[in-house]
Amino acid sequence: MTGRIKVAILGSGNIGTDLLMKTLRSKFLECTRFIGRNLNSKGMVKGKEVGVLLSDKGIDEIVENPGCCQLIFDATSARDHLYHWSLLKDTDKIVVDMTPSKIGKMIVPAINLNDALEHRNVNMISCGGQASIPLVHTLTQACDGVEYIEIVSSIASASAGAGTRVNIDEYIENTEEALRFFSKCNNVKVILILNPAVPSIDMQTTISAKMPKPDMRKLSAAIAKMEKSIQAYVPGYLIVVPPVYENNRVVIMVRVRGLGDYLPGYAGNLDIINCAAIATAEKYAQGKQSNRFNLAEIKS
Amino acid sequence: MKNISIIDSTLRDGNHAVRHQLDKNQIEPYCAAAEAAGVPVVVVGHGNGLGASSLQVGESLLTDIEIIAAARSNLKKTKLGVFIIPGFGTINKDLNKAIQEGIDLVCVSSHCTEADTTQRHINYVKERGKLVYGNLMMTHMVSKGALIDECLKMQSYGADGVILMDSAGAYIPSDVTEKISALVGSLKIPVGFHGHNNFGLAIANSIVAVEAGATILDCCVLGFGAGAGNAQLEAVVAILSKRGYLTGIDLYKILDLADLAGKKIVKTPQGVKSISIVSGLAGVFSGFVRHVERVAGQYGVDPRDVFFELGRRKAVGGQEDMIIEVAINLADKRRKNEK
Repeated sequence: MTGRIKVAILGSGNIGTDLLMKTLRSKFLECTRFIGRNLNSKGMVKGKEVGVLLSDKGIDEIVENPGCCQLIFDATSARDHLYHWSLLKDTDKIVVDMTPSKIGKMIVPAINLNDALEHRNVNMISCGGQASIPLVHTLTQACDGVEYIEIVSSIASASAGAGTRVNIDEYIENTEEALRFFSKCNNVKVILILNPAVPSIDMQTTISAKMPKPDMRKLSAAIAKMEKSIQAYVPGYLIVVPPVYENNRVVIMVRVRGLGDYLPGYAGNLDIINCAAIATAEKYAQGKQSNRFNLAEIKS
Repeated sequence: MKNISIIDSTLRDGNHAVRHQLDKNQIEPYCAAAEAAGVPVVVVGHGNGLGASSLQVGESLLTDIEIIAAARSNLKKTKLGVFIIPGFGTINKDLNKAIQEGIDLVCVSSHCTEADTTQRHINYVKERGKLVYGNLMMTHMVSKGALIDECLKMQSYGADGVILMDSAGAYIPSDVTEKISALVGSLKIPVGFHGHNNFGLAIANSIVAVEAGATILDCCVLGFGAGAGNAQLEAVVAILSKRGYLTGIDLYKILDLADLAGKKIVKTPQGVKSISIVSGLAGVFSGFVRHVERVAGQYGVDPRDVFFELGRRKAVGGQEDMIIEVAINLADKRRKNEK
């Protein structure tokens, strides 16, 4: 398969398995290893079903077979990622980190996808971050006087695995850090709500920005344009409440329907971070195709 | 004679009723008087707890730390408590500082099906030698079996007790009996109840909870709390004493505390208003009332329609942003019908 880069997926939970399904569709990626810890786990069984090469040896699989892949999606945990990176940083592998480890360059494809090409470890922040940061970036570029930004994401309980639940503090603190970085606004707050309703709710994110009333037509046009850019890699991304000015703040609401690759459509939260990761990995692949860069030459 | 632990949440849940604008001149004398009355625990802070001051649920006049400091300097024997909902507040940003500021007790709270989000926070408080209760919110939404499962998790994390919150004021007394007795029969730790007064049943429900085996009651003087308010603490104490339960609270002094709150804190008396009945019937968190009234007014829709639609969508506490979306949808629908 010339032109495709070889990728390994480390971690066979919800994120890892959904990434696997997405790589099968990609014109630029070929999944050569799907790596977990237990060949009988739900994710591994799915991997077997689609005929990908499985391993239950964790990072050792890559250490022992360094030629098996050029890029690794790390869908394990922040703590495991620190260990994985200690083994990978002196290799030529590119790592797309799905965990809240905070060691890689933060990438939001609609904003800074090109930055990925200059780093070998890139971090996908969080689902709420991927949903909100592009719009916040647009807002702060288009308007002056933004004093405070607040992001509230509601996700279906059924889409929040054990990792998300235990790491709820990390989710908040990392998303806030990314929000500050991309918006250049220091005063930010992130809130996460788990909703157990059955049938499950779609992921929804609300952005509120305390500011003087901006030119709403200009802002709405800029936001609509950004929505289109995001839809190019997250098909289920939809602005359900375009910018409104209410109670001294601008409010925008987004709903994310997942593609239903592994988890059902309501899990837009898992879908959006995975779509962002796939877009990033494909960028490396395209960069390689056009000889814009040599994978081996990028420094960490 | 059975001991009942009373938790006074006037300066926490009551903060909802004044849009989180409680100030030092209210907190300080209130705490001094609560201490004098022998109230065992006073819980203070933003209505949604540590780290919750936000556009989403309302901005607080004072910071969490300012509130805690004002209360701390006026409490000695009375324990000082705070409330935290993981997803709003975090250990690093909020809980850690509150513990450094000298609090004695933490209520770690989650929606009634999400107890596993409280594990790390309960562990953290417990490891620092403080008392910790696990609170479940909106407990009308699920069965007693589901509540037992979630409370067992909190018990396994190290909670010193669990408190069922009727956040929407949706319980009638038979619901209380069913759920509280199921928990009392299944747990090793004390069980508590926190009622809201949407149907005018908060006091009755609290007494019924005790009769079903609850040993913790979380109440507010004058019923000062979100929406229609809570179980009126001084009345609950009076009834408990008449029924032979011990609370350690001095009756005259708790009545004085309520009078003090009436003069210094409670601007509009709590009462069962029409909109609160709708909120209880729809099973939507009582704290939504102020937001629903404001947003419904702005978009020219009936706040009752907004509440029933929120109930249909099973909005949980913290999803106040959904109010705007629902109001816009209702306004659009009406405009289409008029055409």
